This record gives sequence, structure tokens and C-alpha cells, in this order.
Amino acid sequence: MSQSTTINIKDQILNGIVKENTIFKLALSLCPSIAVTNNLKNGVLMGIAVLFVQVMVNITISLLRNVIQPKVRLPIFMLVISGWVTVTDMTMAATVPDVYKQMGLYIQLIVAFASILARAEMFASKNKFIPSMADGIGMGIGFLFALTVISFFRELLGKGSLWGMPIVHTKPVLMFILPAGGFFAVGILMAFFNWIDARYMKKSSHAAH
Amino acid sequence: MEATKKEHQLIVSVSPHVKTDETTSRIMWSVSLALLPAALAGVYFFGLRALFITALCIVSSAVFEQLYFRMVGKKSAVGDGSAFLTGLLLGMNMPASLWSFSPFTVHVPVIASFVAVVITKQLFGGLGFNVFNPALIGRAFALISWPKAMTIWSEPTAAFLAMDAKTTATPLGILKEEGVVKLLEVFGDKMSLYMHLLTGNRAGSIGETSAIAILIGGLFLLYRGYITWHIPVSFLGTAAVIAWVFGGKGALFTGDPIVHLISGGMMLGAWFMATDYVTSPSVRKGQIIFGIGCGFLTMLIRLKGGYPEGVMFAILIMNCFAPIIDRGVKSKVFGAVKQNTAKENK
Repeated sequence: MSQSTTINIKDQILNGIVKENTIFKLALSLCPSIAVTNNLKNGVLMGIAVLFVQVMVNITISLLRNVIQPKVRLPIFMLVISGWVTVTDMTMAATVPDVYKQMGLYIQLIVAFASILARAEMFASKNKFIPSMADGIGMGIGFLFALTVISFFRELLGKGSLWGMPIVHTKPVLMFILPAGGFFAVGILMAFFNWIDARYMKKSSHAAH
Repeated sequence: MEATKKEHQLIVSVSPHVKTDETTSRIMWSVSLALLPAALAGVYFFGLRALFITALCIVSSAVFEQLYFRMVGKKSAVGDGSAFLTGLLLGMNMPASLWSFSPFTVHVPVIASFVAVVITKQLFGGLGFNVFNPALIGRAFALISWPKAMTIWSEPTAAFLAMDAKTTATPLGILKEEGVVKLLEVFGDKMSLYMHLLTGNRAGSIGETSAIAILIGGLFLLYRGYITWHIPVSFLGTAAVIAWVFGGKGALFTGDPIVHLISGGMMLGAWFMATDYVTSPSVRKGQIIFGIGCGFLTMLIRLKGGYPEGVMFAILIMNCFAPIIDRGVKSKVFGAVKQNTAKENK
């Protein structure tokens, strides 16, 4: 992967959103995506936090890639990640204290996200600044998108409201704000996006022939 | 089927060579027939509303199954009766009071049918591949999503057209909240309580109330060989023993096992839900373990848990263990030598 100049920035961003979407394609980081997505506000803020950490970690690792000793690279990656998570954590605690009270624990848990460490190890440590940033933006937006969609449906179906404002006045499906309903929502949306993907692939392969 | 081929031609085929005339759809329709007495008892006690709810569940199960087959482009198998049976069981597990338009709760059976047929059965690979009993997942989903609507129990009135009956608590609800003394007070004496529970003249889900009607259906299945005694007997036996030992207030061995056996969904669960082929172990020894587990968990939830009734959750939890139980009690293949003894012989 040394030919980093040939990597198309746009493709790199789209890759994280569509082809390697953290939740819908790789099925990683499901714990926070189920725990915090029972309302839209938490889901979106969590997504933004992860987007920020992902981009900053990718940039940092990419800039440091020539000075990091390969033997101790994992501890250094962890150190960088936890540094940026601490920054996010403190910023959120100061700016949105009411949301932070509910999901502070999960913000700190971003340290343990497989997807962030994986991108640092597999991409940022081998690529230049711009592609790494594009990769971070793509993966982060993919995660933000997934969390937004999941929390949108869960809040709408489970509480009948969006961003805290009541929308539907019939009795909601209480199941969807419970953890079990989170699995339902993630599973159904995962199936839906894979279905769209399969149809799109079919169409594009038809067009190619 | 084979006979229609040219008879003088030699046919080379893979086993099985001898086939019975039992088919999946025949078993499904027989089980549905066996459920009929209990369903009729439900309609008798809860009126036309019970019929509407059951019919709604059956129709929506069949429609969702048909739609699913059309969507994925598979050959439709709605005619095999499994969607009918799922819908019937689901309907029989719902309170008749769901048929009400203010507050509007008619959508509850429809959504529960969708969860049962599409999510629990078809998405896991269709009939034969589902991990959980579809009707029970449908009901669990409804109970968790609409806890209030699903626990409004109307009083049985043998008046067919009654559209809004008085609501009341189920016998198990009374037993849980207020104890056995109150239960006897409501139903008169012990004999009258047993009679109400046996005939089905008590509050509860549509198809679970009449113990005698369910027993008739269960014995019919047993007689026809569609189920064996292992699951129902071990299920009911375990529950009875636990109810007798721990069911009483204060002292041990003072509980009333009969009340526990013929109230709630115990009979329906033991005869029709736990014995589902797909979601229960297929080895006899495993079926006994499965039944004991169901009975134990049911009584654990009834006596110690937050819900008054635990049959549904007990069977669903044991469904998870069915494959493991089957693997654990796998019978020895005839002629096979145990691995470690074979090594010793070398």
C-alpha cells in the first residue's frame, strides 16, 4: 500500500460509508450502537464523537508513521486513541452535560472501538496525510450515518418522537427502546442495506455486460 | 409419487426408500384440528371478539407469509398450514380485549403476526430452521411492546355477542398479588375454583383457559403419535412438584399443584408450544431434560419473578438450549466404539 498517491480521495471516503460501513457491513462496535441509540440526539452526538476521534487518530498516526517503532506500534496507537478520546470526553462533559450524563461511559469506551484501532493499523500507519484523513472521514461518516438511521427508527417507533419532540400520538412499540429492540432494529436495517447493495451490484454488473 | 413413474423401469434413488404418507402439511392441519376444542371454548367464553382476534392473527400470518415468499421470489408454501397454525396459536395466546377501537389495539395482533412469521420464522430460513417458537416470539414481542393492552383480561361471559365485558385479573394474577385466600374468596370454595379452571370459565388468553379442551387436543395428538408424552409429562410433573414444595406460604410442601397446573398458559404451553418439533430436542432423553427445564423456569418466574405467568419465557429460554441438549444426549451409534477406548486398544 505504498502507492498512496494513486488512492482516490472520493473512493476512500465512500468506502467507509458504503463498502466497509462499520456497523452494517463489518458488524463492529455493536455494543455502543445498541446502547446509545434509543434516541436520535444521543445517536447523532455519539456518531459525531466517533467521527472526530477517527479523523484525528488517523491524522496523528499518519503523521507519526515514520517515527513509530513497529514493535511497539499497538501501545502507541492506543495511547493516541485514548488521548483523543479524552479530549472528546472532556469537551462533551463541558458542552452538553445533560447528554453526557446518559452516555459518558460510552464516550470513554470509544477507546476500545475495534474500527478505530483497525483503521489506524491497516490504513493510517501506511498512508500519507490526505488519504488517511479521507479514510477517517469516510469511516466516521459511515458510523454517524448508521447510528443516525438506527436511532431515528428506534426513537420514532419506540417513543413516537424525534429529537425529544413528539411526532406520533398512537401507542408506540415500546420494544424498540429496549436493548432487545436495538438488536431488532440493527438486524433489520443491516438486512435492508445488504439487500439494496445486492440489487445495486446486480444492476451494475448487468450494465457492464 | 414413485408409482406414477414407469413401473418396469429400474429406478435408482437415494434413501429414504420407504416413505410414510405423513407430510408436514398433514401434521400442521392435525395440530390445528387438535387446537380447535380449546379455541372454541375461548370463543364460547369470550364471545365474538375472541373469534375476530384469532381470525385476524391467522389471516395476517398467511398474508405476511405469502408476501414474504413473493418478495424473495420463492415458491409459495402458505398451503402447508404452518402459517395457519402459527396464527391460530398466536391468536389463542392473546387476550380477547385486544379487539377494541378506543383505545385502538387491533394493530397489535397484526404486528405480532408479522414478527412471528417473517422475523422469527422466515428470516431464520423458513419452516424447520427457526430457533424459537414463532407464535411465542410474536406474543413476547406484543407483551413487551404493549404491556398494558396485552394484560387487560375480560371476564368470561358466555354471551356470544358481548363486545365489552368487565375486566378482571387472571387467577394467577390474583394468586401473585393477593394470595391464595383471595383466590378462594373470588371463586367460592376449592372445588368451584377447580371447576372454573378446568372448564375455562376464567379470565385469561383466548385459548389457554379451558384445561379440559386443551387436554382433549393433547391426547388426540398423543394418540395419533404426533407428539410423545416426554415433554408434556416432564414439564407438568416438574412444575407440579415445585408448586407443591415451594408454592405454599411459609412452610414447605403446602402448595397447591393443581391450581398451578390448570391455570395460566401451563396446559397450552406444555401440550402445544413446548412440543413444537423444530424448537424442541428430538431425542427422547433430551425431551425430558427440556420439559424439566421448562417446568422449573415457569415456576421460578411464577413464584419469584415479576410476571404472574412464566410459561412463555420458560419455553423461549429452553428453545435456546434445544440444540445443545440434543448434542449432549446424542445416542451412541450402533457398533461405534468410544474414541478413547479405541485408542487404548491400539
